[in-house]
Amino acid sequence: MYKSDFVRQLQTPGGTIQLRRSIQVDYTLAVILLILCGVGLLIIYSATGQSVFYVRRQLTFILAGFFIMILFAQFPQRFWERWALIVYLIGVIALVGVLQAGIEINGAQRWLDLKFTRLQPSELMKICVPLMISAYIAKRSIPPSLKHVSAAVILISVPVLLVLRQPDLGTALLISATGFFVLFLAGIKRRYLIGAFILALAALPSLWFFVMLDYQKQRVLTLLNPQHDKLGAGWNIIQSTTAIGSGGWSGKGWTQGTQSQLNFLPESHTDFIIAVLAEEFGLIGVLILCMLYTMLIARCLYIGLNSLTMFGRLMAGSVAYTFFIFVIVNLCMVSGLLPVVGAPLPLISYGGTAIVTLFAGFGIIMSIGNESKKSRSVS
Amino acid sequence: MDENSAFVNDTEMKQLFSRRVFFASMLAIMMGILVLGRYFDLQVNRHQDFVTQSNNNRVLMRPVSPPRGLIFDRNGELLADNQPTYNLTIVNERSSNLEVLIEDLQKLINISPQDIAQFRERLKRRKPYQNIPLKYNLSENERSILAVNSFRLDGAEVFAKLTRYYPQGPFFAHVIGYVGRINETETRNIDTSLYRGTDFIGKLGIEKYYENALLGKLGHEHVETNARGRVMRSLSKEDPIPGANLKLYLDANLQRTAQEILQDRRAAFVAIEIKTGGILAMVSTPSYDPNKFVLGISQTEYSELVKSKNQPLFNRAIRGQYPPGSTIKPMFGLIGLQNKSITTEHVIDDPGFFILQGVERPWRDHNSEKGGHGDGIDLAQAIIESCDVYFYNMGLDIGIETLASFSSKFGLGQVTGIDLHGEQPGIMPSKLWKKHTLGEPWFDGDTINVSIGQGFMLTTPLQLAVMTARIASRGSHIVPKLVDSKNDLHLKSDSISLMPVDIQAEYWTYMHQAMQNVVHTPQGTAHRIGKDLNYTIAGKTGTAQVISIDADEEYDKTQIDQTQWDHALFIAFAPVEDPEIAMALIVENGEHGSSTAAPIARVILDSYFKKVEKKMLVDR
Repeated sequence: MYKSDFVRQLQTPGGTIQLRRSIQVDYTLAVILLILCGVGLLIIYSATGQSVFYVRRQLTFILAGFFIMILFAQFPQRFWERWALIVYLIGVIALVGVLQAGIEINGAQRWLDLKFTRLQPSELMKICVPLMISAYIAKRSIPPSLKHVSAAVILISVPVLLVLRQPDLGTALLISATGFFVLFLAGIKRRYLIGAFILALAALPSLWFFVMLDYQKQRVLTLLNPQHDKLGAGWNIIQSTTAIGSGGWSGKGWTQGTQSQLNFLPESHTDFIIAVLAEEFGLIGVLILCMLYTMLIARCLYIGLNSLTMFGRLMAGSVAYTFFIFVIVNLCMVSGLLPVVGAPLPLISYGGTAIVTLFAGFGIIMSIGNESKKSRSVS
Repeated sequence: MDENSAFVNDTEMKQLFSRRVFFASMLAIMMGILVLGRYFDLQVNRHQDFVTQSNNNRVLMRPVSPPRGLIFDRNGELLADNQPTYNLTIVNERSSNLEVLIEDLQKLINISPQDIAQFRERLKRRKPYQNIPLKYNLSENERSILAVNSFRLDGAEVFAKLTRYYPQGPFFAHVIGYVGRINETETRNIDTSLYRGTDFIGKLGIEKYYENALLGKLGHEHVETNARGRVMRSLSKEDPIPGANLKLYLDANLQRTAQEILQDRRAAFVAIEIKTGGILAMVSTPSYDPNKFVLGISQTEYSELVKSKNQPLFNRAIRGQYPPGSTIKPMFGLIGLQNKSITTEHVIDDPGFFILQGVERPWRDHNSEKGGHGDGIDLAQAIIESCDVYFYNMGLDIGIETLASFSSKFGLGQVTGIDLHGEQPGIMPSKLWKKHTLGEPWFDGDTINVSIGQGFMLTTPLQLAVMTARIASRGSHIVPKLVDSKNDLHLKSDSISLMPVDIQAEYWTYMHQAMQNVVHTPQGTAHRIGKDLNYTIAGKTGTAQVISIDADEEYDKTQIDQTQWDHALFIAFAPVEDPEIAMALIVENGEHGSSTAAPIARVILDSYFKKVEKKMLVDR
C-alpha cells in the first residue's frame, strides 16, 4: 500500500531526525504476559497428568507468539491502520476456506490444515474484527453516524455468520462482542445502544428457534439444571464445579487435584483449565490470576487512554475489553453461570492459534504504545 | 483536514473515549465481582459439600475377602485348601457398551453361552458398580490375551481370587462337603454384608456346618479410582480376618483305606474314637469329586451324578437308613440283662423257628435249614452264633416300650448330634410311633421283628457306630463329632453332663466277651477275620433283609434283582481290653455280614492299628 510502511521511519512529525536504535517493547505488558503464560504452563503440566509433551508444544506456541508480538510492535501504528482491511479480508477468506476444506473435529469444522500446523481462523477473527472496525471508525466522524455504524455492523456480520456456519455459536457471539466494543468506545449514541439492546432481546427467541442447534440448546438447558442428566450433558458442569468447590481457599496443591488428575474433569487442559487451577490453588490462586488479568487489561487501557490517535484508542480499548470478555465468559462457563461454549481461558488454556492471536493483538497494542511514547519524548 | 480543528475534535474525542472507558470499566468490575462471588460461593461457602462430592467421586470402599479357613485331618494333612484362580469380571457401569464388550471378549477367548447366561442372571441381582464374574478359571493363555488387550476392554478385569480346592478329591467329599456360588435362595437367608467379598458359601458337609467359622471377617480397602473406575492407589486398608482353620478328628489314612477298599460298592463306613467321640473315618461310597462343584459343574456331569443308580451324591453314612439286622443283638442283650428279663444263665432251645401263639406263620432263624442252633443256647452263644430265636423270646419278654426307650440311650431313633447337617434319625418303633405313623395298633409280631433289627426298625451307619462306641465305652454318652479344634482351640463338647447308659458293670464285661468271641472263636459268625490278629476285636455281624421272604419261600439270590439282595453289616470295636475305636460298616446288597462286611472291616482296622503301632514305635 504505502512504500514507507516498509522503510524505517526517519522523519517524525516534529521534523527532527531520530534513528531507531533498538527494538521497541512495552516491558510492563511483556512481563505480565510472560507470567500469565508461565502460570498456564504449570497448570497444563498438571492437567495433562504431568505431560511434558503438551508443555513443550505450548511453550513453542508461546515463543512463536512472543516473537510475533515483538515483531508486530516494531511496525508503526499507521501500518496497522492501513493494513487492517487486508488482514480482515485474509481472515474472512480463511473462514470461507474452513467451511470449504476445514477439518471436522467433534462435529464442527473449525480448523484449517496448513500442513505444518493447524489454524483456527475463528480465533484470528477475534483480533481481525476489532482491528478492522477500529481502522474503519477512526477515519470517520466521531461519534460515528448511523451510516458508518451500519457499515461496521455489516463488517462484523460477515465473519460472525461464517463462524455460525461452522457451527460455533460461542465464538460467533464473542466476535460480535469485539466489534461492538469498538463502536461503544467510539462513542456510539445512546439511542443506538438502547436500540441494539432491544434488538438483541427480540432476536433471542429467533436465535433459539432458528439458529441454535439441538446440542447448543441442550447446553443452555443443562446450565439451568445440571443434575437432570448427571452422566451425560450435566457431567462437565457438575465435575467442574466440584473441582472448583473442593479446592477451597488454598487448594489441594499442584498436581494434587483429584478431579483433574483422575480424569473426572473433562477438557481439563483446554476450556476447563480454570477448574484445575481453582482445585489445586484454591480461591487464592483464582484471585491472583484475576489480579494478573486486571493488570494486563489496565495496562492496555492505559496505552489506549494515552494514545494520540483515535485508531490507537479504539484498538487498544477494544482489545482490552475483548480480552476481558474472554476471561469472564470462560470463568462463568466453567463455574456454571453460562452454558458451555467453546471459549478457552486466554493465555492459560492449551491451544496454539488462540495464544498466537492474542500475542499478535498485544503486539499491535505495543505498537500503539510505542507511538505515543515516542511522541511524548519528542514533545 | 484542518490541523487545528482536528486537534479540538481530538480533545473532545479523547474525553468521549475516556468516559466510555470509565463506564465500561465500571461494568467490567461489577461483572468481575459477580464472577468472583460465584467462585467464593463455590470455594468457601459450599467448600465442604464439594469436598464430600469429590471424595465420593474418587474414593471407593472395596471389600477385601478373607481367605477361607483351611481344614486339616488329625495329623495336619490338608483336606481343604485355597488356591488362586483367575476370573474374568465385568463392571457394567464402566463399560461403555456391555453388548459390544461381551462380543469383543468372545472374539478373544472362548466364552460359553452357559457362562453368558449365568452372567446375565447375576447381572440382574448385582449393582452396576459391582464386579460380576463372566468366566471363571482362566487359563494362562487366556489371561495373557486379556492382558494384552486390556486397554480396549474398559469394564472388564481379570481378578485373582482364592478358590476352594480339595486336594483329596473324592475321598472326603461326604464329610467336608464343598463350597459353591451363593444362589438366590441363600442370598435371602444370609447377612449379605458378610459376603461382600466372596461368591462362595459352604453348601454341604463341614463346609456348610462350620460356614460361620470358616468364612472369616471381611476387610475393607479404600481405593482411589479415576473417572473410568480404574483403581489408582490404595488409601487405607482394614485387613480381613481369615476364616478359622479347622482340625478334624478324621484320620486321612484310615479314610482313604476305607474308601479304597469299598471302591464302587454302595457302602458306608463310620469309625469313632472312643476316648473323644471324634469321627476317625466317615465314608460313603461311591463318592464324587467336590472340586467340580466349586467352579460350577456342567449340566451333563451333574445329571450323570444325579441319575446314577449308585447315588454318589447320597451320604449313606448319615442319611442312609437301613434295618440294622443282627448288629442290634448285643445292645438288646444288654437291655434284657439290665431289665432282668434274662440272666446270663438263661438258656433256650432253638429248633430253627419260633411260633407265636395265634400266628400261623413261624419266624425262622437264619440257619433254620440246619435245624437251628440247637439246645441250651445262652445269651453269649446267641450273640456268637447270632441266634434269632433267642432274641425273639427275649424281645417279647422285654416288650417294645422298654426296648424302644432303652435303645434311645444308645442313640437309636434320634439324630446323634454330629456336626453335620442332614442327618437322618432312623426309626426306633414303639406303640405310639406305629399309631402315629401308620394308624395301626402294635402287634407282638412287630416286637419279634424288631428284636432282630428288622421290621420297622431303621438305623443309619453313624447311629450304629455310636451305639457300638457306647457299648465299647461301657455306657459313656459318646456324641460323635468331626471337628476337634478351631484355630488350635479345642472345641468343648456339651455331652459330658449327659447321663451315661445305666447298665451293671458285669453285663458290659459279659457282652464284650461275647462280642470278642464272635471274632475270636471258631463258632463266631466273624471267625474268619479272627485269624492272625495281633489285637483283639469285639464285633457283631448282621444281615439285613431288604425284602420280606415268605416262610415257605427260600431266599435265592439268583431269583431276585441285585438291588434287593440282603445288606451286609458289621459293627466292631477294638482292642477289647481298652477300646480305642468303634466302627460300623454296611455294604448294600452285600448279602452277608460275615462274608462281606467283616473282612472289609478287618482290613480297615488292621490299617488303623498298624499306624498306631508305627506311631508308638516312633514315640519310643
